[in-house]
Amino acid sequence: MQIYLPIAEVSVNAFLLLGLGGLVGVLSGMFGVGGGFLMTPLLFFIGIPPAVAVATEANQIVASSFSGVLAHFKRKTVDLRMGTVLLVGGLVGSFLGILLFNYLRSLGQVDLLVKLCYVTFLGIIGGLMFIESLNAIRRSKKAGGAVPTRRKHNWVHNLPFKVKFRVSGLYISVIPPLLVGMLVGVLAAIMGVGGGFIMVPAMIYLLGMPTKVVVGTSLFQIIFVTAFTTMLHATTNFTVDVVLAVLLLIGGVIGAQIGTRIGVHMKAEQLRILLAILVLAVCGKLAFDLLVTPSEFFSLGTGGHA
Amino acid sequence: MIRLLAALLLLIALPAKAEEIVLGLSRDQVAITANFDGSDILIFGAIKREEAIPTDSELGVIVTIAGPDQPVLIRRKDRKFGIWVNTESVAVDVAPTFYAVATTAPLSDILDPIEDTNTRISISKAIRSVEAAQSDTQQFIDALVRIRSSQELYQVLEGAVDLEDETLFRTHVTLPSNLTEGDYRAEIYLTRDGQIVDLYSTTIPVKKVGLERWLYNLAHDNALMYGLMSLAIAIGAGWGASAAFSLLRR
Repeated sequence: MQIYLPIAEVSVNAFLLLGLGGLVGVLSGMFGVGGGFLMTPLLFFIGIPPAVAVATEANQIVASSFSGVLAHFKRKTVDLRMGTVLLVGGLVGSFLGILLFNYLRSLGQVDLLVKLCYVTFLGIIGGLMFIESLNAIRRSKKAGGAVPTRRKHNWVHNLPFKVKFRVSGLYISVIPPLLVGMLVGVLAAIMGVGGGFIMVPAMIYLLGMPTKVVVGTSLFQIIFVTAFTTMLHATTNFTVDVVLAVLLLIGGVIGAQIGTRIGVHMKAEQLRILLAILVLAVCGKLAFDLLVTPSEFFSLGTGGHA
Repeated sequence: MIRLLAALLLLIALPAKAEEIVLGLSRDQVAITANFDGSDILIFGAIKREEAIPTDSELGVIVTIAGPDQPVLIRRKDRKFGIWVNTESVAVDVAPTFYAVATTAPLSDILDPIEDTNTRISISKAIRSVEAAQSDTQQFIDALVRIRSSQELYQVLEGAVDLEDETLFRTHVTLPSNLTEGDYRAEIYLTRDGQIVDLYSTTIPVKKVGLERWLYNLAHDNALMYGLMSLAIAIGAGWGASAAFSLLRR
């Protein structure tokens, strides 16, 4: 069934969009990532104009994250205090990110920079996570199932303004979470994603939060950052396509519920290694596109001069 | 006075319009609805004559449909440091967002090149660029035509106009779903030995209607409301799915 999208101004198959939404929703619920880093390239691929894809994706992430976070609230795996600290950093960061994005756009070449950002961050994070979780699995096998102690004392624990994060079982300074939130905010604004795929590893490895709490807390923060981004896009660029968003989010919210339940039954190491593989796959695809000789050397942009 | 003179001169220049177009369209507007998936337009007509059909010259019918003009920026990728990067670009000031040419015979047979330059009938003439001084600009224009042709936005339908008894003609043009809103100009040219003897033009408005129209207007005229509505839908759907699933699990 073909449906015409009023803002994107293209006609697409409604079931294809529902399916894509569902697939990305499952991953979103499992890993606590918004899924934007997967969905945005997929939308480009089916012919949605990039500006509309990025803006609408932000709106869709609000829905799937909200659905996901409710499931986590029921299981009390959301650290509200940590989420709020990350959110404050995130909002400051995304504001800075939009300033940086507009500056880069005035220089031209913003597309390339966005792609390089994707390849770099997806590559580093995916690679590190993959190696770490592989080691963790090997260790847990050797130790006969004993839980490895991951919470080491490092420089993070020697900073001032210490706060108790009871749900996470942490007593650390607010400075690292603020910085993590800000960094994610900057990257989210530039790359047009929620930023969960950067935040989840940062929370695990930099802040030392337990994996179970990480997913819910990340979703909680993403809701607000993407809601903010949606409003910015809707009021400045008029690129949020509500029909596209509805189709994606119907699939997405159902998928997120299923994903959250799959995630509960999996071990943390397995969850992490799967996320790492997924991140590396997307990274590989993007890098491949940059390296391989294109079949069409030309592309069309809007406006006479840009 | 001058205007009257000019009109008189014109009348003399085109003494008796020996052949004239009478036109019909299968639809006088295209409405973009929620399930819009492209549209077919049937263009048919007849050639009205006061005298017998001339036999000493060849008759041609050319039908063009052009969407609204918009500027376009064409970029070229080049390999830099091992990766493919956008480097050079050419700005085209006027390019139709949609353009179809249907003819009774190959365009070069029924249209004089000078007439083509004056009337801008062929696709390459319909695209105008100020930056034409550069030697490789043509390469960019070719790419524009190639990309738009692959999206069925530019169509060359040589021989697609059926002409019966040198009097009745008909053709149909398929509009793809990725249309730009606006007034589409339909023009029908009658040629004799490459010279245009009559022209008929009309407009076909293409516009969104119903829900599509309403959403588009809201998004542009009342962006804040539209944004809040989008967020409310998102939150509502997220909550709804969560509630539905917890009911299912009970």
